[in-house]
Amino acid sequence: MKDIKEILKERILILDGAMGTMIQRHQLTEEDFRKGWFENHKEPLKGNNDLLSLTRPDIIKGIHQAYFEAGADIAETNTFSGTTVAQADYNLEDFVYEINYHSAKIAREVADEFTKKEPHKPRFVAGAMGPTNRTASISPDVNNPGFRAISFEELRIAYKQQAEALIDGGVDILLVETVFDTLNAKAALFAIDEVFEERNKRLPVMVSGTITDQSGRTLTGQTTEAFLISVSHMDLLSIGLNCALGASMMRPYLQVLKSNAPFYVSAHPNAGLPNEFGEYDETPELMGEQIKAFLEEGLVNIIGGCCGTTPEHIRVISELVKQYNPHPIQKA
Amino acid sequence: MNKYKLLKLSGLEPLIVSPENNFVNVGERTNVTGSRKFLRLIKEGNFEEALSVAREQVEGGAQIIDVNMDEGMIDGKEAMIKFLNLIASEPDIARVPIMIDSSKWEIIEAGLQCIQGKGVVNSISLKEGEEIFIKYAKKIKRYGAAVIVMAFDEIGQADTYERRIEICERSYRILVDKVQFPPEDIIFDPNIFPVATGMEEHRNNALDFFRATKWIRENLPYAHVSGGVSNVSFSFRGNNVVREAMHAAFLYHAIQHGMTMGIVNPSLLEVYDDVDKELLIKVEDVLLNRRDDATERLLEYAEKVKGEKGKKKSVDLSWREKEVKERLAYALIKGITDYIDEDVEECRKLYTHPIEVIEGPLMDGMNIVGDLFGNGKMFLPQVVKSARVMKKAVAYLLPFIEAEKGGKQEFAGKVLMATVKGDVHDIGKNIVGVVLACNNYEIIDLGVMVPASEIIQKAKEHQVDVVGLSGLITPSLDEMVTIAKEMEKEGLDIPLIIGGATTSRVHTAVKIDEHYNNGQAIHVSDASRAVTVVEKLIGKEKELFIQGIKEEYQRVRDHYEKSRKQKPLLSIKEARKNRFKIDWESIKIDIPNFTGVREITVSVKDLIPYIDWTPFFRTWQLFGKYPDILDDKIVGQEARKLFHDAKEMLDQILLESWLEHRGVYGIFPANSVGDDIEIYHPKQKERRIHTQYTLRQQTKKAEGVPNYALSDFIAPKESGIKDYIGCFVVTSGMEARERAKTFEKTGDDYQAIMLKALADRLAEAFAEYLHEHVRKEYWGYSKNEYLNNEGLIKEKYRGIRPAPGYPACPDHTEKIGLFKLLNATEKTGVILTDSLAMDPPASVSGWYFASEHAKYFGVGRIGKDQVEDLAKRKGVSYHEMEKWLRANMD
Repeated sequence: MKDIKEILKERILILDGAMGTMIQRHQLTEEDFRKGWFENHKEPLKGNNDLLSLTRPDIIKGIHQAYFEAGADIAETNTFSGTTVAQADYNLEDFVYEINYHSAKIAREVADEFTKKEPHKPRFVAGAMGPTNRTASISPDVNNPGFRAISFEELRIAYKQQAEALIDGGVDILLVETVFDTLNAKAALFAIDEVFEERNKRLPVMVSGTITDQSGRTLTGQTTEAFLISVSHMDLLSIGLNCALGASMMRPYLQVLKSNAPFYVSAHPNAGLPNEFGEYDETPELMGEQIKAFLEEGLVNIIGGCCGTTPEHIRVISELVKQYNPHPIQKA
Repeated sequence: MNKYKLLKLSGLEPLIVSPENNFVNVGERTNVTGSRKFLRLIKEGNFEEALSVAREQVEGGAQIIDVNMDEGMIDGKEAMIKFLNLIASEPDIARVPIMIDSSKWEIIEAGLQCIQGKGVVNSISLKEGEEIFIKYAKKIKRYGAAVIVMAFDEIGQADTYERRIEICERSYRILVDKVQFPPEDIIFDPNIFPVATGMEEHRNNALDFFRATKWIRENLPYAHVSGGVSNVSFSFRGNNVVREAMHAAFLYHAIQHGMTMGIVNPSLLEVYDDVDKELLIKVEDVLLNRRDDATERLLEYAEKVKGEKGKKKSVDLSWREKEVKERLAYALIKGITDYIDEDVEECRKLYTHPIEVIEGPLMDGMNIVGDLFGNGKMFLPQVVKSARVMKKAVAYLLPFIEAEKGGKQEFAGKVLMATVKGDVHDIGKNIVGVVLACNNYEIIDLGVMVPASEIIQKAKEHQVDVVGLSGLITPSLDEMVTIAKEMEKEGLDIPLIIGGATTSRVHTAVKIDEHYNNGQAIHVSDASRAVTVVEKLIGKEKELFIQGIKEEYQRVRDHYEKSRKQKPLLSIKEARKNRFKIDWESIKIDIPNFTGVREITVSVKDLIPYIDWTPFFRTWQLFGKYPDILDDKIVGQEARKLFHDAKEMLDQILLESWLEHRGVYGIFPANSVGDDIEIYHPKQKERRIHTQYTLRQQTKKAEGVPNYALSDFIAPKESGIKDYIGCFVVTSGMEARERAKTFEKTGDDYQAIMLKALADRLAEAFAEYLHEHVRKEYWGYSKNEYLNNEGLIKEKYRGIRPAPGYPACPDHTEKIGLFKLLNATEKTGVILTDSLAMDPPASVSGWYFASEHAKYFGVGRIGKDQVEDLAKRKGVSYHEMEKWLRANMD
């Protein structure tokens, strides 16, 4: 199969859309999250979407298929919360390996199926590594700003487990995403680098940060450029932004990345801003129009969707992308 | 030079070391080995003040701060972690990159694990051999930091030009070739040693450093050179004049030779050009080893200047010693009422007429306040306090003015303010009133529930310049339209400013302004904007300003028209087909622990933990999430003060029982029938006692997304499943308004607004409190739920409590049935106004839905067909129904 770096020189690649939004369509019950694995687990598990890779692999498989059919080149594994840190909320730390391994496998199988059908358009699997629900560089307790709910070391160990299992499951890429605390991401990159060294094998790594509002900063206060600098010690496949903002609001920060990053640039924005009930309801057409602006400016090399996006969104985007050539890395 | 080989560092903000930025200075005072004060603070555990040392460094111009905790008496690792973690919570410090300075690897690594930005390790060297050097370098690379490499090897520290370049070159080759360390991230420290020590072998110390620097920059591509500058003047400790001059001269020459970074104390640094010429020559003689007697000559000079102490900055803390007019301005800006009477009295004697005190110094002070507020340098709570001072000053002068007769205050303009008919919410209106009054506008406040006729009559009678309308609930939007129409009919052209939570620029442009052709309706989104808008509406450029708004609103209308066409509505029939379907067979309905109606009273004490503070700050125009807002860079200080005052008033409310929280709630059997919810008698389940009518979303949804109505969350009658619904009304009681009036009478708007805002919050807290008890006990469907306040605010619990008049059920008339069902007016004292607002305003009502699938949504735009259908179901005329739902219709 052709190297993804080579393909990126030829065309803009499509990342898939939201997992959670698609899972919601199924209106699952508590039972769906337990089936065959956690029947007698004490805590309620509904909402722990990563578990569905074990308990309802049919649903996850279907979602990957829907996105590939819509034109996605890269599927993200259903592992956003697949760390011991995030799973601790459910007392399921012991299942982190299974979650990641099986999630990767499901995506791998579907991707291979599609690659076989359409060899000219190989499909890739990116192992999604979420931010966890703790921040290493800010205190959850205002009265004790020096306190930390998690240490770098704890995060490093957790991310290492996740990366190992994802690689064992057969992912092509590791994607450290929705970075709202750069220190968490640095722990993930540290762990990934360790795994690569130990296995004497490197995979492409994508990093995607989250700019929380129009201040242009991450949750932990870094500007887009500072964020870029803080993760540039690793040779990344791409640096990008996802979540929190809709496409048009992301644009100025993507410009910062495009003009400063020695890597390809990715974006997977939300379907607009949440309405007053926290739903993302921008239509595919509306989102497409904004993404068109990215493409015309040559801002992105990898484009997909985050919260609220669906195969319909990805279809619109993938049609759109065909009309544009990729812009190279702006390295002088 | 290649852009991608620049040294790039980051804190919260980037720091890029490029040829243009000449020299990066590293703050050195947060170093226990270099600063006695810092050491003492760390030893005492006084991290608070230690932080202020860091802050001073950054404010003083340090672009990186060096942190060093290497001291035998402290646990260096623990101190490093604690201090770096604290810095991370101070955005004004954390914006710069951190230099982690230690001779112990353990401390360096602990530091690297605390910083999210790209920092610098200070330092590693070949001192302990190549193996360890490589090991550390690899780790540093993996942590993503730059590194300072000391010119030090297995033999010792480099002290000559040759040794310096030998070690630096060897280190560079290892780092670049074996570790693949990015060359631009390597910073050499070729050792700055003291000069003028009297020892022969030290004479070339500075010169060798300069030469080595030049060599490194020319021969080791992209690498940088740094050093601890204060070392050079070691022999002149205690003589800051000489030291400052030496640092300035050393830096000047080092930079000329290619030094890019240095650890300096910016406060111990003279500007090169400002160094006394005689001293400079003597210093440079030493640095550049130009004369054999250079050291003696500098020592001689040093003796001469020893006595002169460094310049001391004196701060005049006692504003009371200032001239009286300045004292007035100070009191106004700081909101201090303590001395206002005596100061005003003193000032009065300076003028012929007492009115001149107001027109002169007091207004001057208020203008400063207005400017500061307008520029975002003062915040609303401060301005309201300023107004209190102003009022007190005016109250003092009033008898004198009256005694003089004829004296009349000159205002900038007259503004009439009113909360429209049917609405009782006035916090926002009062804030705007205060802000405008501060800016010397005469305010005619008609209060709440003011009918259109009265607004028009008073506007004419007082010949006001501007009319301000406020309202919070959606029917108020319609009332504003009515007022605009009436004003148009009367031939008035007074500008109309529109404000309040549900108002918007779009509504103002599309629905209000369209009916007011003689005049202009303008939406004002927050209090701070009110002043500018009113100023422009009264000023010379009024016509131009209005013309601009007219054009803008036309665009808004055009855009609205366009976007409306883009989003087609489904017919209500189609929308119903796409309703939200719950598989009721698979769901176990929790049977409530009781059905019927109960009353409840709660002490304020029990409600305080349930308060959601974020909207409280928003009321005061301080935007940000609680508790983060308390530490906000810009508004944090004000937020903390406000919070403190709020807590104080809460104590008083509690202690003196100012408020009486009463509520009533009920749980009933219920089933849905189409979009309606039938509610049955608690005992006789066949007897329908009420029907709640819900509205359904009609906008076209993406595939798989349903068109919601609240009735979807209740089991349908035909399923045969017994389901339930709850409802409630809670209030902070009548007392808040009476007390607020008392405050207003004494001119204390600050306390008045505070009380109302707190009453609002407590009513919301009451709703939260009651909902929790309903979930866990009274209904009991979530017995094991445990959520903290944050969890409650984020609505992480099962079930919802939508309120009539809010997005999920925008039909205000549903309140009538709800109130009847609970006999709420009799039990809580809350009444419904003509517009169906609840009075007192600090009240909350709503429905309880227990289904785990229930969620909040917005009905959004609805079609005429649904309104017709609803009118039929409710047995009222279409016209009547349309009146209440116009805001949701096209």
